[in-house]
Amino acid sequence: MIPSSQATLSGWGNTAPSRATLKRPRSASEVAEVIGAASNHVIARGLGRSYGDPAQTGGGTVIDNRGLVQRSMIDPETGTITLGSGVSLDELLREAIPAGYFVPVTPGTRQVTIGGAIAADIHGKNHHVDGSFMDHIEALTLVTPTGTFSISPSHDPELFWATAGGMGLTGVVVEATLRLMPIETSSVLVDTERFDDLDALMDAMVTGDHRYRYSVAWVDCMTKGARLGRGVLTRGDHAAADQVPLDKPRLTPPGAPKLAIPFTAPKGLLNKFSIAAFNEAWFRKAPKHRDAEIQSLSTFFHPLDGVSMWNRLHGPRGFLQYQFVVPDSASAVVRQSMELLSSRSVPSFLAVLKRFGEGNSGLLSFPSAGWTLALDIPLGAGHASAVLDELDDLIAHAGGRIYLAKDSRLSPHLIPTMYPKFEQFQAVCDRVDPAQKLGSDLSRRLNLRG
Amino acid sequence: MRDAFGQPQSVLVFGGTSEIALCVVNKLAMARCKKVVLAVRNTQAGEEAADTLRALGAEVSVITMEATKPESAANTITAAFEAAGGHLDLVIIAAAILGEQGELDDDPSATANLVTINTTWPMAAMAALRPRLIAQGSGHVAVFSSVAALRPRRSLYTYAASKAGLDTFTTGWAESLRDAGIKVQLIRPGFVRSKMTTGKDAPPFSTDADQAAQTIVTGLASSNHVIWSPPILQWVFMMLVHLPQALWRKLPG
Repeated sequence: MIPSSQATLSGWGNTAPSRATLKRPRSASEVAEVIGAASNHVIARGLGRSYGDPAQTGGGTVIDNRGLVQRSMIDPETGTITLGSGVSLDELLREAIPAGYFVPVTPGTRQVTIGGAIAADIHGKNHHVDGSFMDHIEALTLVTPTGTFSISPSHDPELFWATAGGMGLTGVVVEATLRLMPIETSSVLVDTERFDDLDALMDAMVTGDHRYRYSVAWVDCMTKGARLGRGVLTRGDHAAADQVPLDKPRLTPPGAPKLAIPFTAPKGLLNKFSIAAFNEAWFRKAPKHRDAEIQSLSTFFHPLDGVSMWNRLHGPRGFLQYQFVVPDSASAVVRQSMELLSSRSVPSFLAVLKRFGEGNSGLLSFPSAGWTLALDIPLGAGHASAVLDELDDLIAHAGGRIYLAKDSRLSPHLIPTMYPKFEQFQAVCDRVDPAQKLGSDLSRRLNLRG
Repeated sequence: MRDAFGQPQSVLVFGGTSEIALCVVNKLAMARCKKVVLAVRNTQAGEEAADTLRALGAEVSVITMEATKPESAANTITAAFEAAGGHLDLVIIAAAILGEQGELDDDPSATANLVTINTTWPMAAMAALRPRLIAQGSGHVAVFSSVAALRPRRSLYTYAASKAGLDTFTTGWAESLRDAGIKVQLIRPGFVRSKMTTGKDAPPFSTDADQAAQTIVTGLASSNHVIWSPPILQWVFMMLVHLPQALWRKLPG
């Protein structure tokens, strides 16, 4: 028997929940059995860290990939490992770091599964050097409504690249082979710089990012005038063995969360005043300039993993993330977007600004060369909806796009503009899923299957 | 599907020619709502309303409802879901008649007719709606009650009683759907200056249909169980329900 239950599911933003039958198959054949038996939509779900509604499907069947946890040993020759799609980056890193490996791409949390990382083609602070997650996948096994396929960039590349960032709509990934990155230590040498205005910050990123493997800036979108977009830029590289003190352990796996938010905070705890104060404190605590600070991988990559269920701080209404990318030719949109939010009093936590390198061949893959800005917006302000609609138009017009793994409110008519390979994506979906069995609340909301 | 702001993409309105309900749907259509089903008693009036919505970019279906035949409610629900393509984000139940109290006072069949339209039909429709909402795993229902349901007046007691029945039913019905993740809200407007109330004297705290609709649209996005329009009526009625009858009788309106 495949474990089955009824569950109300939402994304990490705690918005727009829906109920579905949750099933936890433990093998490719059980996944095929679940898809075959389902009478309504089916979608896979990992650890639920997407912010909106891609890993839920109201009235349908959600495949919990956490039953797919088989894994091979790390191949010492090639540094590759074959993993079940339900293995989380956290679980992988506990094994990989002591063995001298790191994941080639990590988002801001280790609590994502391999399947989720593929479905969103996640990126990290090293996109400008290493690309996104799918650039490091050698092969994967995908169960679709019309059969199980082993695919790679050379074997059925069309299906492979439709699966990259395809939000689970091409099938359920059961297994993937990932190339790991060798590391000598679990420390990162970090340079920190604080900038009082956005232009200086963006200049420093354009001229200096190439000197670092990792680069990201936190910017304050709630200040007005000249200080709008002031920020803290942190950039770093893995420390070599001779760069850390001899008395420090070389390869330390990540620890467990130190804090947990035990219950949902009251409505309105995070508002434009408390957030402005938080942003101010964050900015002030950063040093004006500091070079070669030794930080642990967790501190540098996953600061929020130290607090479990931090999303509860946003209260019962939840929150949304808004992340866009615009090409370099439209770098002015970064400032325009901050001005729009600030002038219309839409509160936003410290935003994350980063430069992307070239995108890959993923048909719905988000990253593409230029600037990406990610904003964290509490859902108190109803007028934020109209402001974000304006921002969508600005971004679409500039040749940019919104990240589907974070979206929870985009209007469907902008998808073909933002994702020029959208029709090609739909054609691949039609090939492997002609009856449109795969579907999520996101795919229905954005009309991704037509 | 609903977005993070609670904005629906598809809506069904029972009483699709109700002025306030249409005003609400027009506002929703200006945002994300591009699929509308209007269930109406008068098809011609329904088509006129549909044209306004189509001009806003919505795809509109008009279906007929026989509000005096509660046994037809289940079929109307089936037809509405078919017209919507099988899924509805929001259902608004607005069909009602106000009646003329002087004519209702001594007329058994007119009294029965009003209760059928305002109470029996909506309750039958909601019973037919319930399993469909549970099956789709998400959904939102907004039921028009009235502040009149909270305390009857000489001038409007039959209508008040019919809305009180629906109000009580909806409150319990909402509880029955809580664990299914279905959001149910009661809308309790005060006096709205609309074609339904033409010729009646407007009491204090009355609004026009557009003001009421704006309050309702904001309320639909909230997690409140009851949407009051205007919002101050929540506090006014908290007091008025306890007023001695002798005083209540003397209040204007």
